[in-house]
Amino acid sequence: MANTDLAETDLEFVTFSAGGQSFSIDIGQVREIRRWSPVTPLPHAPDEVLGVMNLRGSVIPIYDLAARFGLDRTPESPRNVVVIAMHGSQTVGLLVEAVSEILSVGRERIQETPDVRSDTARQTITGVITVDEGMTRVIDLAAVVQPRGKAAA
Amino acid sequence: MTVKVLAIDDSRTIRSLVQKVMEDAGFDCICAEDGVDGIARFAEVAPDVVITDINMPNMDGYGVISSIRGGEINQSVPILVLTTESADHLKARARAAGATGWIVKPFDDETIVSVVRRVTGAIG
Amino acid sequence: MAPQSSIRDTFFEECEDLLEALAEGLAAMAGGARDTDTVNAVFRAVHSVKGGAGAFALTDLVAFAHRFETVLDGVRSGTLDLTPEVMHTMQRSADHLADLVEAARNEDVLPPDVSEAFLANLDQCLGAEPESLDMGDTPFDFAVIPLEFGDDPAPKEPAGYVIRFRPLQQLYANGHDPALLIAAVHALGPCEVALDLSALPDWDGPDALTPGLGWTLRLTTQESETVLQEIFEFVEGLCSLDISPLEDAPVPADPLPSPAASPSPPPGPEAPPAAASAAPKSDPAAGAESAEARGPKPTLRVDLDRVDRLINSVGELIINQAMIAQRLQDMALASDDDVSLHVEDYRLLARDIQEAVMAIRAQPVKPLFQRMSRILREAAEATGKSARLVTFGENTEVDKTVIERLADPLTHMIRNAVDHGLEGPDARRAAGKDGTGTIRLGAAHRSGSVIITIRDDGAGLNRPRILDIARRKGLVAPDADLADAEIDGLLFLPGFSTASAVSNLSGRGVGLDVVRNAVTALGGRISIASVPGQGTEFTISLPLTLAVMDGMVVSVAGQTMVVPITSILETIRPAPGDLHRVGTDDSLLSIRGRFIPTVDVARSLGFTDPSARADFPLLLLVEGENQSQCALVVDAVHDQRQVVIKGLDSNYGQVPGVSAATVLGDGQIALILDPDAIAAHRAGPAATAAPRPPLFHADVHHGQH
Repeated sequence: MANTDLAETDLEFVTFSAGGQSFSIDIGQVREIRRWSPVTPLPHAPDEVLGVMNLRGSVIPIYDLAARFGLDRTPESPRNVVVIAMHGSQTVGLLVEAVSEILSVGRERIQETPDVRSDTARQTITGVITVDEGMTRVIDLAAVVQPRGKAAA
Repeated sequence: MTVKVLAIDDSRTIRSLVQKVMEDAGFDCICAEDGVDGIARFAEVAPDVVITDINMPNMDGYGVISSIRGGEINQSVPILVLTTESADHLKARARAAGATGWIVKPFDDETIVSVVRRVTGAIG
Repeated sequence: MAPQSSIRDTFFEECEDLLEALAEGLAAMAGGARDTDTVNAVFRAVHSVKGGAGAFALTDLVAFAHRFETVLDGVRSGTLDLTPEVMHTMQRSADHLADLVEAARNEDVLPPDVSEAFLANLDQCLGAEPESLDMGDTPFDFAVIPLEFGDDPAPKEPAGYVIRFRPLQQLYANGHDPALLIAAVHALGPCEVALDLSALPDWDGPDALTPGLGWTLRLTTQESETVLQEIFEFVEGLCSLDISPLEDAPVPADPLPSPAASPSPPPGPEAPPAAASAAPKSDPAAGAESAEARGPKPTLRVDLDRVDRLINSVGELIINQAMIAQRLQDMALASDDDVSLHVEDYRLLARDIQEAVMAIRAQPVKPLFQRMSRILREAAEATGKSARLVTFGENTEVDKTVIERLADPLTHMIRNAVDHGLEGPDARRAAGKDGTGTIRLGAAHRSGSVIITIRDDGAGLNRPRILDIARRKGLVAPDADLADAEIDGLLFLPGFSTASAVSNLSGRGVGLDVVRNAVTALGGRISIASVPGQGTEFTISLPLTLAVMDGMVVSVAGQTMVVPITSILETIRPAPGDLHRVGTDDSLLSIRGRFIPTVDVARSLGFTDPSARADFPLLLLVEGENQSQCALVVDAVHDQRQVVIKGLDSNYGQVPGVSAATVLGDGQIALILDPDAIAAHRAGPAATAAPRPPLFHADVHHGQH
């Protein structure tokens, strides 16, 4: 939903925690947030692909965001939620520990990703935003859901 | 009273174009997709002007003209033929067949509207 | 002008129909048809493309269509002989016309030299005489008037004109109204109108062409004579007309006062005396009747998205119905309970709706087959072979998406048939065959499937050579002893190509494995049969719709999965002595005196949770492509049911061994297995005699850590 109070340069992000770290995603890509429900595992899938879930008749893959960033798999918890996001015509779910807030920031507050060693982080994070308690990593959804053949190290 | 136009053309594209231009000009436009269909619609809708293609399946434009001119009702309705050729012998043939006038394809909106106004006396 | 883009879309949609009609008509003509209807339909198709293209200022298309039309007009009028060369040129021109339409649709331009070559071919048909767009024959020079309004400078025009205008009877008969003409003149400036009764004819007289009433108009205007003449353009020859500058005009002897701005001439259009007799008689009522009798069935053009939304909703409805049915079953109600009966009605209704909706997406394969005749022509030309395409079952209806996705594989197979299947003309004649090869392309419905066959009458597969290539490429063990069907099946292995030099035709690095993958992705299968010296036949079997299928619900490693019924031959609960271990992991099933390899589905999918391993597995005997059998090991077999197919591709990608997914009654997703892919993944020493294609891509294994 467009917020008319925002200046044109302002961007909105949904921030959430995964693997104990804060991540965020452009609100325009977020379709909805759902409770976790059991998934159907896919054969020969990479670690972070937990399986597929039924979203009103569509089959959507669920990615464990923490595992995608090389952290431990998200432990099962009733607080876990799935962020349903759209990348182009592709709908995917991201399993996260909790959704924190909606962040509205000016474009200038997004900093380039500092030179980190992790390939995964470099490829899948477009920038970082400083927030009160530290920083949140803006993820590149396209890179997150990229087929493993290309993304795998 | 709104001018009622009967557009007869086997090409969906041309039908759509004529219809749009006519309706934009404030006329009613009824379409038919070949000569036989056209004659049937002619009896139903009693148009104020007929715009017909020449080259059509089932009954061509000349057949449409002679059916109308030789018919029982509304024989002297203005009939305009759509032709892709501007060659004069084709115009002469259309005139000899009983056409009121002609419109050369590709037509522009203004031309076709002004021709329709000319032969119907519709205010413009 | 800038017609709305929706009309532009209409034009291109219509072009598809027209090009189809054109191809069909030309094919009939090539087959010997010379009847007027066929030839006229072909002419009209090109004519209509031209007409529509003109409206969108698609000049390349107009120019080419016009030249094409001229040739067709020659054929139609009999001034041009329909020689095989002319026929060939026309077919190639139809192909080029299709290319031009496609280019226009993509707002693209074809290289001019390509069009010029085609134009030159058409000119050759016409006797090498290039022809201009506008035919020069102008018996009425006067009528050539540009239809422009008012912006003509014309500084030296006179102050006005005297117009003497006397309609012939034909003017009224043609639907003209002198009042409108006079009003149009009046609109150009102040005008005196005088009714001239001097030549009032005898109305009872036999000569309807005698001028009757006349008018003299004295117009004061700055407009040019051209503008005036334009007003009378349509009545030229239907009246006597004299226009002269005002100064030179002799003052009328007895000027009558102007009857105001809108004169009303006595013979109104409602009463054209005796005019009807001039026009040929015909019976419009008869025309109307026949229009009803033979008019096309009314159709509705609907945005495909809307249909797909509907199909999706119906799919949901089916799932919802299944869910309710399952809940009811869990409640263990009596089977004659009201609710159960209503739910059964619900099930039947839902199936009816589904079938009706699916029928909306069904389309005949005809346009697809017609495109293949072009592919065949091009392939024949490129290889210097002579070939004809015979199609049958063109009206067989298949899901639109199936048709679309079949285009590439079919194209490849037709090229392949010409390139590899057919012999050259000399070799054919030497073998006692017709120098022109025949490729038969057919479609038919058979028990819930669509069968597409592509058969050539060529030399048949060269099995020793195929085997030799497969051995050299390491696709088969050097000492393997393969049956004919197994050798034929080698053609579908990735990377296999029989062409010794990569032909630019069917080569392109694409093998039959790509065709096979495309067919499999549609839930279909492909098989091959060949008789030396007589030819090769490919058979593609496809589901009627992509949306539902009959499946067997099974359990594998604790997961519920679905196996397509079409591939299951039987379900087997093996007795202890029926399974024979081979090596450490593999087993052979002994059944009716034969040994059949088994595949552990859980292991082949990488689900190796040993806790979920059933103690008494069941076997599904499946028949793979090319009739090779294999037994799939599953944990349990539940029921058989119709499932709604949900693709995995759009949101995720392809999953090895899995063709799609479905939603079960409880809302959970179940994977639909691809038995052919799983069966092909036979491992261990038992399978050394059989081809062993790598089923799963290396990078997938890699991703497994």
